[in-house]
Amino acid sequence: MSAAEEAIAEGHEAVEAVPKRAMTLGTGTSLVVLAALLVVPMFVKNFIIFQMTMLLIYGLAVLALNILTGGSGQFSLGQSAFYAVGAYTSAVLMEHANINYALTIPVSAVICFGFGYLFGKPALRLSGIYLALATFALATAMPQLLKLNFLEHWTGGVQGLVVTKPDAPFGLPMSQDMWLYYFTLAVTVAIYIFSVNLLRSRSGRAFMAIRDNEIAASSMGVNVALYKTLAFGVSAGITGVAGSLGAIAVQFVAPDSYTITLAISLFLGMVVGGVGWLPGSFVGAAFIIFVPNMAESISKGLSGAVFGVLLFLVIYLVPHGARQVAIFGQQLVGKLRKN
Amino acid sequence: MELFTNQVLAGIATGAIYACMALAVVMIYQAIDHLNFAQGEMAMFSTFISWQLMQWGVSYWAAFLMTLAFSFVAGIAIERILFKPLAKAPVLTNVAGFIALFAIINSSAGLIWDFTIKQYPTPFGSAPFLGSQLISTHQAGMIGVTVALLLALYFFFQYTRIGLAMRAAASVPESARLVGINTSWMIALGWGMATAIGSIAGMLIAPVVFLEPNMMGGVLIYGFAAAVLGGLSSPFGAVVGGFLVGVFENLAGTYIPGVGNELKLPIALALIVSVLVVKPAGLFGRQIVKRV
Repeated sequence: MSAAEEAIAEGHEAVEAVPKRAMTLGTGTSLVVLAALLVVPMFVKNFIIFQMTMLLIYGLAVLALNILTGGSGQFSLGQSAFYAVGAYTSAVLMEHANINYALTIPVSAVICFGFGYLFGKPALRLSGIYLALATFALATAMPQLLKLNFLEHWTGGVQGLVVTKPDAPFGLPMSQDMWLYYFTLAVTVAIYIFSVNLLRSRSGRAFMAIRDNEIAASSMGVNVALYKTLAFGVSAGITGVAGSLGAIAVQFVAPDSYTITLAISLFLGMVVGGVGWLPGSFVGAAFIIFVPNMAESISKGLSGAVFGVLLFLVIYLVPHGARQVAIFGQQLVGKLRKN
Repeated sequence: MELFTNQVLAGIATGAIYACMALAVVMIYQAIDHLNFAQGEMAMFSTFISWQLMQWGVSYWAAFLMTLAFSFVAGIAIERILFKPLAKAPVLTNVAGFIALFAIINSSAGLIWDFTIKQYPTPFGSAPFLGSQLISTHQAGMIGVTVALLLALYFFFQYTRIGLAMRAAASVPESARLVGINTSWMIALGWGMATAIGSIAGMLIAPVVFLEPNMMGGVLIYGFAAAVLGGLSSPFGAVVGGFLVGVFENLAGTYIPGVGNELKLPIALALIVSVLVVKPAGLFGRQIVKRV
């Protein structure tokens, strides 16, 4: 505690180094999952289709956090703010300017990218816990900012905005829910492919170099400031798209839907899915959507405690999240093949 | 000018709450190197225990001491049972564990004592302190206890063998193990002490914010902010940070137009972040030197 004391941190990185090959699924498995996602909605009820849509949307948001944390090693509790900006961009454009829902999504992506990139600038000075606090501040400020009086004409203040659900185009014989599901799936697949390729690219390698050792990365010629802010921008952009889709699916935006609780959920989703493993984002999304409901059905009064206990069970059994299960499965298959 | 001094005084009074909490946050950060998100809930639960004891007819100070002992043991138990198995898990998994603990404690307290707001007694009385309307004797007592606690901790860490061992275990665990310090138990001890300090904070805060399972939500956020502002490696910084945050918050609420209660928190946090951008390790924290 004296000033002369010197702390030397040795190689204890906050985020594990996940090699880039271990970040994705093989092509075969991916295609099987995609086929299942395409076929299943034809056989289930509208409500389940809606839940699957939400799963994809939260999956995208977790994926975005995963690129930021698992990819570039920066921690964020502020994802709910980016999600809110995306949701409000879509809602305002659709309801006030009558712009087609599909066109609002790229607009959200661009606005959120810019917002994230700019936020990443001052955040450059911070890391670890300090960055967590800064992003946390952003997340707590966002609902209050959306309630501000002079924005009320656009945002609807505390009341929020109601968003019209789009019909299936070209006279396709589909319910609104099913159309929205396939629309979300298409966007999700596009973003997933983009993310996988991003992490395999020069920029992705730069992210990972920064995550594993910032000083070494900068001495290898990686522009640390540029790539760190870029990671924030990309993550915010994807979260914004998820927010837009979320607003359209839920048909409603209000400041109190985007509190810090959402950011914490997304964080839990990332941990449960496996930090740095992109497909795990969707497993994590399933956890944060279904487990709270499950906990509620087990015990109404103690739902929080049941949720906590289930979360503890998961992190005890698989501290590295769903990635660990996947690796285990892979090894098992490998062994069976040998025999 | 009078408005200004009054607001500063009121800020110091609320700051005492944050300082208490921040001190507990820094204690556990020293021991385990993580911010414990469940700290506020643990303090809330301890406060409920003391309230229950008083309901059963135990006197304030007896209940205070019993709660302190209970919290110390409970903190050690939580570390041994829940978090020791996670020692090798990634940091973010540990953070998820804290969130799980938060949910468990909050929901159990709600079930045992329900969510109605309860009065909590103060040992210092609530008359105006030295004739000032802004600081009550309770708040003055709270400031006194916080400062005393800080001094006690300073002497503990600076002049006792076990305090030295705890510092060693926290800053360089490998070398500490080599000279024969049981680092694993030092962590447990850190948890126990932090929980006990948290329970003191809880019992001092409860008369002001009233007792209910969600009483710590706001306080913990300010406590974290204060700890980070002061520098997470410095208990002294945490206390100073607590008072600063209290004053910040009050002045922003008074002088910046259009800032109601709603915007107080974001403004306080924004100020803290801007301080951090200039001094990334907090006001009194030491800069971590990194080996490549």
